[in-house]
Amino acid sequence: MTALVVEGVNKYFGDVHVLKDINIEVNQGEFVVFVGPSGCGKSTLLRVIAGLEQANSGNVSIDDKLVNAVPPAKRGIAMVFQSYALYPHLNVRGNMTLALKQARLNKTVINERVAKVSQMLDLEDYLHRYPSELSGGQRQRVAIGRAIVREPKLFLFDEPLSNLDAALRINTRIEIANLHKQLSTSMIYVTHDQTEAMTLADKIVVLRDGVVEQTGTPMELYNNPANQFVAGFLGAPAMNFLPADLLSNGDTRTIGIRPEDLAINANGQLKTRVQHVEHLGGDTNLIVQLNQHQLTVRLFGQHNVEESSNVNLGFDTSRALYFDTNGARLD
Amino acid sequence: MHGALILYMLIALFPVFVILINSFKTRKKIFREPLALPDSESFTLIGYETVLKQGEFFSYFQNSMIVTVASLFLILLCGAMAAYALAEYQFKGNKWMALYLALGIMIPIRIGTVAILEMMVATNLVNTLWALILVYTAQGLPLAVFILSEFMQQISDELKNAARVDGLSEYQIFLTIVIPLVRPALATVAVFNMIPIWNDLWFPLILAPAEETKTLTLGSQVFIGQYVTNWNAVLAALSMAILPVLVLYMIFSKQLIRGITSGAVK
Ligand SMILES: Nc1ncnc2c1ncn2[C@@H]1O[C@H](COP(=O)(O)OP(=O)(O)OP(=O)(O)O)[C@@H](O)[C@H]1O
Ligand SMILES: [Mg+2]
Repeated sequence: MTALVVEGVNKYFGDVHVLKDINIEVNQGEFVVFVGPSGCGKSTLLRVIAGLEQANSGNVSIDDKLVNAVPPAKRGIAMVFQSYALYPHLNVRGNMTLALKQARLNKTVINERVAKVSQMLDLEDYLHRYPSELSGGQRQRVAIGRAIVREPKLFLFDEPLSNLDAALRINTRIEIANLHKQLSTSMIYVTHDQTEAMTLADKIVVLRDGVVEQTGTPMELYNNPANQFVAGFLGAPAMNFLPADLLSNGDTRTIGIRPEDLAINANGQLKTRVQHVEHLGGDTNLIVQLNQHQLTVRLFGQHNVEESSNVNLGFDTSRALYFDTNGARLD
Repeated sequence: MHGALILYMLIALFPVFVILINSFKTRKKIFREPLALPDSESFTLIGYETVLKQGEFFSYFQNSMIVTVASLFLILLCGAMAAYALAEYQFKGNKWMALYLALGIMIPIRIGTVAILEMMVATNLVNTLWALILVYTAQGLPLAVFILSEFMQQISDELKNAARVDGLSEYQIFLTIVIPLVRPALATVAVFNMIPIWNDLWFPLILAPAEETKTLTLGSQVFIGQYVTNWNAVLAALSMAILPVLVLYMIFSKQLIRGITSGAVK
């Protein structure tokens, strides 16, 4: 059984073509992350899947049932919104139970589920508080709790961490990963943060301008990107791109080298000048200048490199990637 | 800053204060010492007695109350529904409809008095409270729609979408999510409309001058004669007319307290 199938979905806002022939499959229990830069149509795609937005063409099936004409509440999904979207005039319990009451579940079932979920998310002490009386992280947990109590077949998360500060973001990310292990429900998670995508996903779908650029496991995409966009988008620090012309005259290709594949090497072909050194403790990043091109070098451990000194860099050519002028991958 | 506000309050309240103190004084003293407080010599309840006995005051009072409350209810209900439709749903002519509804803010309804009277005659509504309620509702709607749709546009789409995912119908979203969130705006609209309706003399005089449909403002006019005016009664009637407005105002102003929306979205 497949949790979700999206086939040939197109969406226009007026004349603007926002989703272009999208095809996606999510298997039962899979954690799929949609990632892409701001404005590429991630939220729109999620809203189409949820039934909040009507696609102009194409099909959406959830659990092997065509749901094109099914209203959001009957699709067996639960959604966590970017802005939490808690009901401000209802307390935490009210927020969590509204959908269940709406579905006319009986009272004991509702109470059991709220008890279970609030224990899972550490919300037991806050059930009588209103959203305005909660911290950002607590609101986020309530929003997630509101989704879990519904026991959906498919979770939809729209950038759930974007409003949290860095430390809380990492904690909540781990909580969501744990949640997925506990519930083993299929989840779709939207983000523009490549770290979240890499750390959470069983499968990543990379979107750009309403087009699916590539689909695959995090390591497939990292090691074997289909094009220059995917190569540059995944991985931090981002992949370095250089005209191959610098190494062999007349070559029109672009060469892509991951920062960790570059190394200081007295015999290296790349003669660079160090602009800036970032000491991260575990890693040291060098920002270097090669002609007018900027490169990032990631060295493991701690290194003392003088700023404005000249260093030669070498790299393993077998690990470099080549792209044509349109950004397509060459072998 | 506070000084200016206090000064403004004193200036604004002064006429009310003068009306109140003079309503408790004898006619002679009202004219001789209009600013003096009533003392044991000048104190009298004669004005109040006249009003309560002679003027069918309670019937007028009741009429005013019915007209004001019913008009406010209809303005808020119809205004909120129209505003929500305009703010939430994209349909052909949405912008034009909004403009058309807002046009009424700039055109005083009294220009159409003759046509309104003809319409009321044709529909047999002359000398009924309905005539007044309908006219006041029409008068209040443009501003209500305008203010409320501004507020409703600020409610986040995600909140409404969350409600849709939770299985609420569009009507339930309107009643249980949107209305509670725009309560301050509803109260503002109510306060803006309440006083002109309560004080209006024009339409009661033209559309419902019959004894059994007279409003308080119109009813008080019996004490203002062509030759002699019973000032005691007029002042007493005015003093009593202030009370209900004050009560309504306090009910609405409580709702004006903001802050309920914070925490919905960050
Ligand atoms: N209701 C709408 N009407 C018109 N255009 C819209 C509407 N909603 C979204 N768009 C446009 O569709 C495109 C995709 O928007 P979407 O919200 O899906 O982006 P996103 O990938 O979620 O971006 P972000 O990461 O910033 O949330 C954007 O260019 C946006 O301007
Ligand atoms: Mg988005």
